[in-house]
Amino acid sequence: MNNIIEIEHLQKAFGNVRAVDDLSFKVAQGELFAFLGVNGAGKSTTINIICGSLRKDGGQVIIDGTDLDHNTDAVKRELGVVFQNSLLDKALSVRDNLESRAALYGITGAAFKAKLLELAKLLDFEELLARPVGKLSGGQHRRIDIARALLHDPKILILDEPTTGLDPQTRKLLWNVIAMLRRQRGMTVFLTTHYMEEAADADQVVILERGRIVAEGTPLELKNRYTGDFVTLYGVEESAVKSLGVSYEKLPEAIRLALPNTAAATGLILEHPELFSDYEITKGKMDDVFLAVTGRSLREGEDV
Amino acid sequence: MKILLALVKRNIKLFFRDKGMFFTSLITPVILLVLYASFLGNVFRDSFVQNLPQGFPLEEAILDGLVGGQLISSILAVSCVTVSFCANFLMVQDKANGSLQDLLMAPVKPATLALAYYLATLCSSLLICLAATGLCLAYVATMGFYMTLMDVLLLLLDVLLLVLFGTALSSVINFFLSTQGQISAVGTIISSGYGFICGAYMPIASFGEGLQKVISLLPGTYGTALVRTHSLRGAIGELGKAGIPESTLDEMRSALDCNIDFFGTTVPDGVMYLILVGTILLLVGVYVLLHILRKPQK
Repeated sequence: MNNIIEIEHLQKAFGNVRAVDDLSFKVAQGELFAFLGVNGAGKSTTINIICGSLRKDGGQVIIDGTDLDHNTDAVKRELGVVFQNSLLDKALSVRDNLESRAALYGITGAAFKAKLLELAKLLDFEELLARPVGKLSGGQHRRIDIARALLHDPKILILDEPTTGLDPQTRKLLWNVIAMLRRQRGMTVFLTTHYMEEAADADQVVILERGRIVAEGTPLELKNRYTGDFVTLYGVEESAVKSLGVSYEKLPEAIRLALPNTAAATGLILEHPELFSDYEITKGKMDDVFLAVTGRSLREGEDV
Repeated sequence: MKILLALVKRNIKLFFRDKGMFFTSLITPVILLVLYASFLGNVFRDSFVQNLPQGFPLEEAILDGLVGGQLISSILAVSCVTVSFCANFLMVQDKANGSLQDLLMAPVKPATLALAYYLATLCSSLLICLAATGLCLAYVATMGFYMTLMDVLLLLLDVLLLVLFGTALSSVINFFLSTQGQISAVGTIISSGYGFICGAYMPIASFGEGLQKVISLLPGTYGTALVRTHSLRGAIGELGKAGIPESTLDEMRSALDCNIDFFGTTVPDGVMYLILVGTILLLVGVYVLLHILRKPQK
């Protein structure tokens, strides 16, 4: 598959702080790419450089075969960005906002009306067109932000913490739309999020710390590399589990054993079949991966 | 062109829908109206009467026309500049609230954005100031209308030039602002300060000599003088017809800021227009240059 984003040795410093430090990664076309890191890790700086709104100190950014340094405008046409905080005009209606933004890409008149209709149906905001953006709820706001990012049919959709603060229903709607866009249009999605369950669905994950990549791979690769397996046992006495010599955690009505990998879990089960009559084996979660890699919890952004 | 028009439309809509920005721009004219209604009108009226030869018979309508002309020239001279400043704060607000970042996500040239702010400010300010001129003329008509058609046309030209001046000046100053705090600070200074330095509250002629010299160096002063001249010329002319000698009328013109002295020399109307137009061109040139020389974001 073609790489639609290629970042090579990207560098950016603010004074003495190296916000992005020799960063290199590639994103394949149509991929859901999760870009993780605590606040200040360099995610937003990287996104701002990719979008052409921040100058890089060094390195190369190639978007869909175009070097950012050679044709920024062409790169901008390939990108749709949903910012962490909505940047639309709160005093204007949804229609006015989208109309003014669409015109920036040369979409006016009948072409705009058709696009507005299409997006309003897709994101279910036909009822909101006349309402001022400042009077929308968080979920409604987000849908309009995404519509703004999709106005010019970009090949890459950059989502900077798109679901933070949204209710589960709106989150589900947004992810359904994103899944549909990827399926039908082959859109590449570049995601930063604090919700690890969203990153778990990614094709590829990069974890950033102090401007450098500290881990990358598919969610499964990362789980296998940085977390073990967990066997949750039901209906056993703690004393019996203790004798196994494995670290464990007591849960309400269960005990969870931590094992280095699936092979170790299988071996343990085969050695002690009498204990494993009611159990389940699960992989570690992306939260565990993040914790193992950075020593921090992503949601709080604090050392653990 | 389509992009420019879309941005101008957006900026104008934002100015008129943002009640805070719109009403802030009207604060100074409203303060002036209140001041004139409460006491300034009477102060000027008494001052005119006291300066006339004792026992000189003067029609009340001419006196009303003079006070009315003084009021509308003050309101228009201030409004053209303060309204332009407030309308142009949108360019700072867009930086402060991040809208500019969103606009720049699209392949739009910064020069197009800059021109859109300028044109939108010009349109919004002209709309308000021309409407205000209409209201002012209607007010004078009820008080005592002595303006000729030429005076009215020249007054409209003065308003246009002052709005162009206010827009250009605010574009240059606002270029360096980027936060809400700075908007508030500059807004307060302009709203309160410009009324004084253009002689809206008290005629410049009543200031100390040193301050008058400083004010004569400010190009906006000549815009104010032109507005005063065309608002008051008819009423002052009526005083001449009533028998007041030309020397007294000339003193009156100076006292009302229709005449401006530049270090001992009275500046003719034609030169005032040249100063105003030259300043507008210079400020627009500086604004363009600032955008050309602006370094990309680090």
